[in-house]
Amino acid sequence: MNDLIFFFNQAIIGGVVLGSIYALGAVGVTLIFGILRFAHFAHGDMMTLGGFISFVLAGIVAGLGIAFPLPIGFIVVPFAMLIAAGLALGIDKGFYAPLRARGAKPVTLLIASIGVTMMIQGLIRLFFGVGTYSFFDTQPKVLHRIELPFEGVTRPISFSEPQLLLVISTIIAVVALHYFLTRSRLGKGMRAMADNPDLAKVSGINTKLVVRVTWIIAGALACLAGTMLALDVSLKPDLAFNIVLPIFAAAILGGLGHAYGAIAGGFVLGFAETLAVFNWSVLLRPFRDNLPEWFEIPNTLSLVQSEYKLTVAFVILVVVLLVRPTGIFKGAST
Amino acid sequence: MSLIDLKDIKAGYGATPILNGVNMAIDASDIGVIVGPNGAGKSTTLKAIFGLLNVMDGTITFDGRDTTRLEADRLVPMGLSFVPQEHNVFTSMTVHENLEMGAFIRRDDISGTLDEVYEMFPDLKAKRRQPAGELSGGQRQMVAMGRALMSKPKLLMLDEPSAGLSPRYMMEIFEQVVKINAAGVGILMVEQNARQALAFATKGFVLANGQNRFTGTGQELLDDPDVAKSFLGG
Ligand SMILES: Nc1ncnc2c1ncn2[C@@H]1O[C@H](COP(=O)(O)OP(=O)(O)OP(=O)(O)O)[C@@H](O)[C@H]1O
Ligand SMILES: [Mg+2]
Repeated sequence: MNDLIFFFNQAIIGGVVLGSIYALGAVGVTLIFGILRFAHFAHGDMMTLGGFISFVLAGIVAGLGIAFPLPIGFIVVPFAMLIAAGLALGIDKGFYAPLRARGAKPVTLLIASIGVTMMIQGLIRLFFGVGTYSFFDTQPKVLHRIELPFEGVTRPISFSEPQLLLVISTIIAVVALHYFLTRSRLGKGMRAMADNPDLAKVSGINTKLVVRVTWIIAGALACLAGTMLALDVSLKPDLAFNIVLPIFAAAILGGLGHAYGAIAGGFVLGFAETLAVFNWSVLLRPFRDNLPEWFEIPNTLSLVQSEYKLTVAFVILVVVLLVRPTGIFKGAST
Repeated sequence: MSLIDLKDIKAGYGATPILNGVNMAIDASDIGVIVGPNGAGKSTTLKAIFGLLNVMDGTITFDGRDTTRLEADRLVPMGLSFVPQEHNVFTSMTVHENLEMGAFIRRDDISGTLDEVYEMFPDLKAKRRQPAGELSGGQRQMVAMGRALMSKPKLLMLDEPSAGLSPRYMMEIFEQVVKINAAGVGILMVEQNARQALAFATKGFVLANGQNRFTGTGQELLDDPDVAKSFLGG
């Protein structure tokens, strides 16, 4: 039983947490792809940038000396999302819109976004150096422990407050996005443009406005994901650059352009990664006596060593591209 | 003054013009039908009116205003609607959502127009929650027309609305076109089923090589032996 709880803490909670981050990132990638038809490589760095915006705001708020019941980094996140949405609009206006106006091909935009990646990373390093920052210098990080009322169970279910807040805010973001896409006029216009851009134009849909709304949503969600990731681990200039590959894998897995697919893809990737690095011998140990003599449980029995967990995303990506290049969720609307 | 007036339009997709001087005038009471061989520039004419390609020379006047250089997002609010030849529905969206997208530019209550469209195409009402991509070709064409009507146009442009449809659906579409026109909406349509369409056209245009070859009432074109021989298959 203790081992099962260990499994739950490590693999299930870990998978949900990682999946939430991937889902929030992949939604932005997939929306941008659906509307503008290019792979926005700088998305990971927009997440990191969002984390740093929250960090600065949190520093300002902490200076006020008010005590908050929640992490300050979380309290400021709505404001950081607003700023990040504005910056995303600025990045589009400054770098991508002029290229689109000249009829640039998607590959040109992709390369431009690699340039934006370097620019954001450079700017962050310029102002914050290469160090690692924590949101919890002025506040303790709260850990939740749930003791289970069973005999012989000593290990509690445990997770941190930032992890809980991450999952809650992901649920809120996904539900809000769902209502936006299926109920609001602009959200439907966005789906229409992703479905058939020429017909959207012919229908008189204000495509420029749709593009702006896309950046606002993608920028805000990237900021949310980056901040929550930084709250869960720590903040550093390459925070999200390292996870841009699984985020793209999640978006492709869900079928590029399909928002719900990207969310599902994010959780599939999150679980695949945590299950692949999980030490399965923990679960085998209780059965030690029932196993055949010759079978000795190794100390670590995981599919992939955790240093190589990025390969999980790679393998999934390659298999999906070979077997179902349109993604596993193709056919669902949006 | 006509609802729409094309004077000597030269237009194309790149540097070389596809249209070499097209002239057309349509009133709100008219059903204009454009016929002509494949590649004559029929679709190109409609796209030029709708601001989807580069007009190099000539002027387009719609509802008393020069619209030569205006793009679709300006033209739709002025009362122009267009049903393209292909890919003319949002396949992943429901029938109902397709119609809503046609009314995107409107900020007033659209329920009255929705009812009218559903009354016009009862098939669609039954399928309103279904993705348009799952419908038959004829039903898709109805969705496409319904979508274009949702903006309450003064002029409805249709590119081969009967292409690939069974005679039953073709007749239904044509009947609706006549009804829409009777309600005060000008029609400008391209048709391959030229004889059937010219039969109810008040104005007919034969295009070939990007130019007008014959212009007259639908009946005049049908009666003209040259037109019949060269363009209507004898
Ligand atoms: N998107 C495009 N880019 C470049 N050239 C095009 C494009 N669309 C059409 N053309 C060319 O323009 C010419 C006129 O085409 P258009 O589509 O207007 O013909 P059409 O009269 O509508 O014929 P059809 O009966 O086949 O629909 C053709 O020579 C065609 O090759
Ligand atoms: Mg055509």
